[in-house]
Amino acid sequence: MSDATLNGAAAAPRKDRVETPFRRFVSEFMESRIAVLGLIVFTIIAFIAIFAPWIAPQNPYDLAQLDIMDGRMEPGTVGGAGFTFWLGTDDQGRDMLSGIMYGLRISLTVGAGSALIACIVGASLGLLAAYAGGRTDSVIMRVVDLQLSFPSILVALMILAFLGKGIMNVVIALVIVEWAYYARTVRGTALVERRREYIEAAQCLALPTRRILFRHLLPNCLPPLIVVATMQVARAIALEATLSFLGLGVPITEPSLGLLIANGYEYMLSGKYWISFYPGIALLITIVSINLVGDQLRDVLNPRLKK
Amino acid sequence: MTVYLVRRLLQALLVVFAMSVIVFVGVYAIGDPVEILISPDADQIERERAVQSLGLDLPLWHQYLVFLGNALQGDLGRSFVFNEPALKLILQRMPATLELAFGAMFISIVVGLPLGLYAGLRPNSPVSKTIMAGSILGFSLPTFWVGLMLIMVFAVQLGWLPSTGRGETATFLGVQWSFLTLNGLSHMAMPAINLALFKISLVIRLTRAGVRETMLMDYVKFARAKGLSPARVTFVHVFKNILIPVVTVVGLELGSTIAFSVVTESVFAWPGMGKLIIDSINVLDRPVIVAYLMIIVLMFITINLIVDLTYSLLDPRVRLEGKGA
Repeated sequence: MSDATLNGAAAAPRKDRVETPFRRFVSEFMESRIAVLGLIVFTIIAFIAIFAPWIAPQNPYDLAQLDIMDGRMEPGTVGGAGFTFWLGTDDQGRDMLSGIMYGLRISLTVGAGSALIACIVGASLGLLAAYAGGRTDSVIMRVVDLQLSFPSILVALMILAFLGKGIMNVVIALVIVEWAYYARTVRGTALVERRREYIEAAQCLALPTRRILFRHLLPNCLPPLIVVATMQVARAIALEATLSFLGLGVPITEPSLGLLIANGYEYMLSGKYWISFYPGIALLITIVSINLVGDQLRDVLNPRLKK
Repeated sequence: MTVYLVRRLLQALLVVFAMSVIVFVGVYAIGDPVEILISPDADQIERERAVQSLGLDLPLWHQYLVFLGNALQGDLGRSFVFNEPALKLILQRMPATLELAFGAMFISIVVGLPLGLYAGLRPNSPVSKTIMAGSILGFSLPTFWVGLMLIMVFAVQLGWLPSTGRGETATFLGVQWSFLTLNGLSHMAMPAINLALFKISLVIRLTRAGVRETMLMDYVKFARAKGLSPARVTFVHVFKNILIPVVTVVGLELGSTIAFSVVTESVFAWPGMGKLIIDSINVLDRPVIVAYLMIIVLMFITINLIVDLTYSLLDPRVRLEGKGA
């Protein structure tokens, strides 16, 4: 990029654009090229996941489309159905590329869904703790402390041991694992915010508590919440994959990325690497791209790092 | 100090009690206790007899007291699969998990500290940037997948290391250990490295952050102004002060390493208690599940307690906090 274009780009917004907080946020986010790359990659992944049924060469969950004769084909071979298995096939003759696309769907849905539910639960409790204070606060925060002193996988295992295997139970486990992070984050910010004048003003107007909490306090606690939520989506996807790999998650007929990797485990020793390798790469790219975006969001939204 | 110690001990006991209630309620109230505690092969009459002998007709609080009483005597039920006391099964497999976890902690410190120190002292060098990028990768890589890749490269393609099991063991203090034999060590290498990956990244980041913060302190500037050699400033003035937080975190991480070894043990078929719990969940061998959860919770609380107490010894501010307030 030449100097002239750089100057031109810098000068243009000053003339005809008013700097809104959102625009400033976008331009600060764009400063890190690697974060932008992460965002682009993640958008592509999300696109693939959403439109998997239309772009995947095969429906990997439809047993009628699978031919056991195509089982364990190397990447690049042409199968009985006439299309090329670019990433090979697994033991049931499932095209790995299609399997990964559909697997991404499950991984992203479970990851984002559980993060969203956990966010709602955690943020509400965090707000309540900060606003109510006193006993409510100390009870909620004790539970948070207690839970965060145990590693996520242990809490998840404990819940799956109580509830049994299954995709819904994994979501419940992920929500229970994650809500504490949101609660702690929101409470920390809300404690600072609730002493501000606008809260006092809202209280003087005798607005209902619910309105103060969600219309006044919550929007001002959003920046750190967004950062935590981004990171937690990545963590949830990784944890779901791990639990599915251990055989505690999704059913074998509708594999997520973790289960696809687990399916390839026994063929790994005979050198058929692709069954485990490619889903792992897909998982890795997903997690890294989310983390890159999250890292940059943290830098941009952290008031302590403001220039 | 005594007051702090007593208060901290009481807190720990309270947490143990709370966790025992949660595990109890989780297994006895959420799940069907008849399904959980009585072998699925039992017929109707056997079931009813078992319900009575297990006291499942008693009210819940009474059942809890019985459970607690038995647990305090070390009786956490018998495994359906192995037909042995659940506690014994877990204790038998504990050394394998412990040596794996300690091996991983050792690797993470030996690799992580020097790399973190370098990255902290020269934050702008290309090597440091590579180290930091690597540490992001270490956080992002799914452990189980890395384990599979290690097996693929080092066991299947290169054939350097064995892929599964513990290998030969030697007896020390009446327990079988793998790290005492060469064959055992070769079996341990991949699982330990796999388990260490995440912790290495953590140690690198902690050390780097600590070094960068400490380098700006007045006493470091003063030491340099006095004309001390850079090596002395680094290793005496800086290093000693960053060790406290690093050691604390590494100590706290021991528990999570043991918990996460569930994954590594499953990948490498390492016969530790993590593999046992996954197998038990898969076949619904619930007495073993309960026993595992209780033991690991106890272990966690003990580790947290020890770290807290050590911390208060190292940092007087912690134990004086109570007096000031």
